[in-house]
Amino acid sequence: MKLPQCANPISLNKQGILGMNRRNIDYISCYNDRQHFPNVDDKLKTKRIAQQAGVSVPELIMVIHTQREADSIAEQLTGINQFVFKPAQGSGGKGILIILSREEGLFVKSNGEKLSIHDLVRHLSNIISGLYSLGGRTDVAIMETLVNFDPVFNDLSYEGVPDIRLIVFRGYPVMGMLRLATRASDGKANLHQGAIGIGLDMAVGESIGAVQYNRPIQKHPDSGASLSGISIPHWRTLLLLAARCYEASKLGYLGADLVLDKARGPLLLELNARPGLTIQVANKSGLLPRLRKIEQIEIPASDPQQRVDYAIQQFSKRGKSADLFAQD
Amino acid sequence: MNRPGPLLLFVTILLILGIVSAQFRHNTYQVPFLPGEQQTVWQIEAKLKFFAEDGPVQAILTLPPEQSNFRFLSENTASSGYGIKIDDISSNDKTQQRLARWSKRTASGAQTLYYKLEISTDAERRVEAIPPEIPGKPVWDEPYLTAAADLLAIAYPKSADSLTLAETLTQLLHNKPLDQNAALLLSKYSAPELLARLLANAQVAARHVKALALEDGRRRQSLTDMLEVWQDDTWHLLDPISGPTAKSEQLLLWQTDSPFLLEVSGGSRSRVSFSVISQTRPALELSAQEVNPETAPVFSLYSLPIEEQSMFKLIMLLPVGALVVVFMRTMIGIKTSGTFMPVLIAMSFLQTKLVPGLISFLLVISVGLMIRTYLSLLNLLLVARIAALVIVVIGIISLVSVVSYRLGLIGGLTITFFPMIILAWTIERMAIIWEEEGPREVFIQGGGSLFVATLAYLLMDQALTRHLAFNFPEIHLCILALIVLIGRYTGYRLSELYRFADMK
Repeated sequence: MKLPQCANPISLNKQGILGMNRRNIDYISCYNDRQHFPNVDDKLKTKRIAQQAGVSVPELIMVIHTQREADSIAEQLTGINQFVFKPAQGSGGKGILIILSREEGLFVKSNGEKLSIHDLVRHLSNIISGLYSLGGRTDVAIMETLVNFDPVFNDLSYEGVPDIRLIVFRGYPVMGMLRLATRASDGKANLHQGAIGIGLDMAVGESIGAVQYNRPIQKHPDSGASLSGISIPHWRTLLLLAARCYEASKLGYLGADLVLDKARGPLLLELNARPGLTIQVANKSGLLPRLRKIEQIEIPASDPQQRVDYAIQQFSKRGKSADLFAQD
Repeated sequence: MNRPGPLLLFVTILLILGIVSAQFRHNTYQVPFLPGEQQTVWQIEAKLKFFAEDGPVQAILTLPPEQSNFRFLSENTASSGYGIKIDDISSNDKTQQRLARWSKRTASGAQTLYYKLEISTDAERRVEAIPPEIPGKPVWDEPYLTAAADLLAIAYPKSADSLTLAETLTQLLHNKPLDQNAALLLSKYSAPELLARLLANAQVAARHVKALALEDGRRRQSLTDMLEVWQDDTWHLLDPISGPTAKSEQLLLWQTDSPFLLEVSGGSRSRVSFSVISQTRPALELSAQEVNPETAPVFSLYSLPIEEQSMFKLIMLLPVGALVVVFMRTMIGIKTSGTFMPVLIAMSFLQTKLVPGLISFLLVISVGLMIRTYLSLLNLLLVARIAALVIVVIGIISLVSVVSYRLGLIGGLTITFFPMIILAWTIERMAIIWEEEGPREVFIQGGGSLFVATLAYLLMDQALTRHLAFNFPEIHLCILALIVLIGRYTGYRLSELYRFADMK
């Protein structure tokens, strides 16, 4: 039997790789006040506070609170052909239903499947009764406008939502990655379910490296498209949006999930108070040096623009990583 | 940032406190650190309950006689407001059993009295038996007289002496198909009673006795019916079901010559139940205790009632399991389903033993998962679904018990030690993981849980662990210190070395 290849802890420490224990003790428990967790665990609340802070979000059409409201959803839907149903307290992309169009009284899902109005009512009642929420608490269903994804990622993502995860520490964006759904991840952008993560240079939003299941890859496993040389449009706006989420959520260590809408540009999808660590593998660098740099700042700049400028200046891998690209 | 200073101080204080007080206990009371140099002490508690009828009350309990293999260390009673008189152990009249008498002028309502006895096993010890008188023939009514005579006529020629006669009769009373005469007699008399009568008819001295099985941690036990037959100047013990048995060190004769176990006047609905635990105590302390029963450590779990002590024996192992879970999750990074579920499973393994425990656990979970698949079609709300699963789990457990008992696998009966609500939750959680993250994740988390549970079990089952956890309660301060320390470990988990293997 061959032993699995392992990293040397001393070398990991030298690179400043953040581990789960240190993330939980030194960052999440120090910088994320428990009382602000509902700001990110409830998507309805996230939407409200984000709008107050000037962060664009997909437009809310309505909230379905009760079983009775779910039963009478048919009348409410007249004239609306594209929409998304989401559980307000769902996690990991569970319970999200995307309707792209209507055909002969049926609703067409993103994967082409057709649903009747009864299927929609059942889905809503599942959401309300807490099927998708943490611990099975009763929930409410959110109906919002469909995001029309910017076509730049069209051949990169399999059936799902390509989104951009940015880690924001005390209001400063510190690291980012593009997440692409795969067949293995079932259209979801969750890395531990098999989605691809592509590390992004903080200065310009260009790809650094790609990972799936914590291991580097070169090509998309489903489409075969090359995963290098990707560049994210509206990069600075994305950073700014993420930086503003600090004021909105009051959480010091934060993961912001953003998408690019064809017409409206960057939008905030959701926030995460416990963002994952694989982003470091995708970026080929550890989080700790960047986090420590920001910990040295006594009072974070109150202007998000200034914080974005700082991040672009300090956390670019460009100069250093030029030779890395050459190797690829 | 968190400062490590106060934390380290706290941990150090806990450690010092734990070690110093353990050392103190060791020095002062000679409780040894190792379980080896110990002798088994059985603590037996008889709990008498009855309903007093608002008047004078007297309760008489038959006490066990002195007997071979056991050394009586101490006995005492607990009963508020009662006068108590216990027959002296060295009284001269050996033909009568010793009695304990409780009395009170007026009592009403539910009454609880305790009698507590400590004995140690001593294979060397022999107690001379007093020869019984040759019994007179018992009086039988017809048709029992003829039936008894017929039975004896069958058994007598097949036997050589008193003991083999008793043995043959035992077989006659149990061999299927049952002899007609035996069936008739058994409809009137209980098996031990009938045997004693039949033997008396054949001029063989025999008596119907009641004995207490000594097993650690047994609660609410009752006495077992046995038969004793006199031969070669000593009593021979006979199981009225399976025949002759050796007088073992696990069996204490309780009621031999007394016609009753408990007699209550002025009360009703009386009953006695027994609790037994074994303790390992240093031989040194034991010898001291025979002289003076007051030398037990003051701050000690020994001072609790025995029923509670046997619970504490298990409870005190919980922190050890919790430590294993904390270590495996934060230092190694093993995923388990439900944070402390593995500890509870490990606790059940302590009762079932490892392999039967693992098999029955997997059985319940996999059958439960299949049934859960059907339940999910019904679209139930969460609480109703868990409640339904609890019933399903109980169903599976009873089925497994019945089937394994039929197959003669007594081990299958221990399945009832599993915490059923926890099993239901585990099934529910596994089913959700299966739906959301696929079977792979179920095997990772389920396997992780079982692995941690097995490790926790192996550690908790060590004689040393059991000894330290129960006899040195202060050791838990040290465990607490370790857990606090691990709780602030910010280094990498072992699993992260694999996860970040490509970061070079």
